Amino acid sequence: MIQSDLSIILPEIILAVYAMAALMAAVYTSKDAMAPLLTWVTGGLMVALAGWIATNGEGTNIAFNGMFIDDGFARFAKVAILLAAASVLVMSQDYMTRRGMLAFEFPLLVALSVVGMMMMVSAGDLMSLYMGLELQSLALYVIAAMRRDSVKSTEAGLKYFVLGALSSGLLLYGASLVYGYSGTTLFSGIILTAQHGEVSLGLLFGLVFLISGMAFKVSAVPFHMWTPDVYEGAPTPVTAFFATAPKVAAMGLFARVLYDAFGLAVADWSQVIALLSVASMFLGAVAAIGQRDIKRMMAYSSIAHMGFALMGLAAGTVFGVQAMLIYMAIYVTMNVGAFAFILMMEKDGVPVTDIRSLNQYAKRAPGRALAMLILLFSLAGVPPMLGFFGKFYVLRAAYEGGLAWLAVAGVIASVIGAFYYLRIVYYMYFGDEGEGLDKSGSPVLWGFLMASAAVMLLGIINMFGVEGAAAAAAAALVN
Amino acid sequence: MIGLEHYLTVAAVLFVIGIFGLFLNRKNVIILLMSIELMLLAVNINLVAFSSFLGDLVGQVFTLFVLTVAAAEAAIGLAILVVFFRNRGTIDVEDVNAMKG
Repeated sequence: MIQSDLSIILPEIILAVYAMAALMAAVYTSKDAMAPLLTWVTGGLMVALAGWIATNGEGTNIAFNGMFIDDGFARFAKVAILLAAASVLVMSQDYMTRRGMLAFEFPLLVALSVVGMMMMVSAGDLMSLYMGLELQSLALYVIAAMRRDSVKSTEAGLKYFVLGALSSGLLLYGASLVYGYSGTTLFSGIILTAQHGEVSLGLLFGLVFLISGMAFKVSAVPFHMWTPDVYEGAPTPVTAFFATAPKVAAMGLFARVLYDAFGLAVADWSQVIALLSVASMFLGAVAAIGQRDIKRMMAYSSIAHMGFALMGLAAGTVFGVQAMLIYMAIYVTMNVGAFAFILMMEKDGVPVTDIRSLNQYAKRAPGRALAMLILLFSLAGVPPMLGFFGKFYVLRAAYEGGLAWLAVAGVIASVIGAFYYLRIVYYMYFGDEGEGLDKSGSPVLWGFLMASAAVMLLGIINMFGVEGAAAAAAAALVN
Repeated sequence: MIGLEHYLTVAAVLFVIGIFGLFLNRKNVIILLMSIELMLLAVNINLVAFSSFLGDLVGQVFTLFVLTVAAAEAAIGLAILVVFFRNRGTIDVEDVNAMKG
């Protein structure tokens, strides 16, 4: 019945209707004067929905004849997406208001892209997958180009649009082949044609195109070339958003397609994912060394981190999916903190992104420097920070999944990658004397930075229960 | 007799032309938008051909979704192109180079 279907997708409906209603309300009343309020209300609504989804969900619910799946896996990913998006919105409000770039469309476009992300992780059909993906992408293209008067921002938007549209095209071509050779667009139907581990050549072609389209969205090598330019060119709050919620959604979509539609043909995709993973880890680690711009560096850092998350998927086991979910949750928490720090980097009110401007930062702001040090150690995977445990989980999953070479490669890549994180620590504590950054930034940013750093330390006790939740989510996905 | 494979071949050729248009084109961003459109339409041919061959309507429903999204995508692409042109004064692909590395 339609009522039961609608009640299953109620969180998405609420967010979508809210976004449209708020858009109309803002257009007909005070426009941009309403923007700070809208930002906080949108953030609050997202937190409320996250709480609702986390506490209210039970079992696996299927809506619209299998097109929409609400299971433990989808709920885990949705809570992570909503909380990440809400954090970034709240963090960006002060930064953007002070620079006069907070348009009322910004929180609403973020809300709409979050609706798309929630669709992506719940997709049970190639059509709902595509619609969710496009809703997310179209909103993201626009917010990348949000600074209409900046060459860099509009160029970032243009590059993101062209390459994003290319990736959608690849994904769609794959979807058409999968439909043609399996006779259905439902994941539950596709998996039946791939039984006994025998996949026809046409279906295999479709799978490869699907994987390359999704690899674009998680920015895995060799489909990563948009990431550094878009991260550098987009306004910093937008970059912070790109680095968090969409990554979780894209990884969730990846896992959803691979397990729900091709879960009986693990051998056919596991090697491809392993290859993407190892290439991403090494390119992310090596290419970041030469970067002087901290946003560009974070782009390569995110490429490397996606390589590690893909390692969990490549294992092809329940534990692998659990490791991937834990890794993504930790990654998002670290990135929220790191971007809170980057948003505070400014001199005379102008944002600075050169990492050499951090020279001797520890002398002027010891508390913030210490928090950033913890986050950077965690990003590098130095024990005993939480980032180490994320890496430990995926490495163990790869090893137990029979991919020992991948685990070894991951360790080597993480050692190489540690260099550029530690270089920032070096600048902050032992850099040359010189004109440094101001000690500025709103209390909200300071709070997120400190909270994120505290999580990295305190989380090692029991990970705040994320481990158990991820295990339940992975079990729901891999039957 | 024209069979499924003919339609698939046409679609594959158009799709590849679209991809080459994206990568080989050094002139104009508008051509990039046209290439993207070509890729999506090639997929539509694929979907309709499969749909007719399988005797299953789902493929044609999918095509309608793709068409709508392609229209929205083109609108957003052109809008971004307009703001880029206002800043840069050109839409040559070679001038899209404020960032490198």
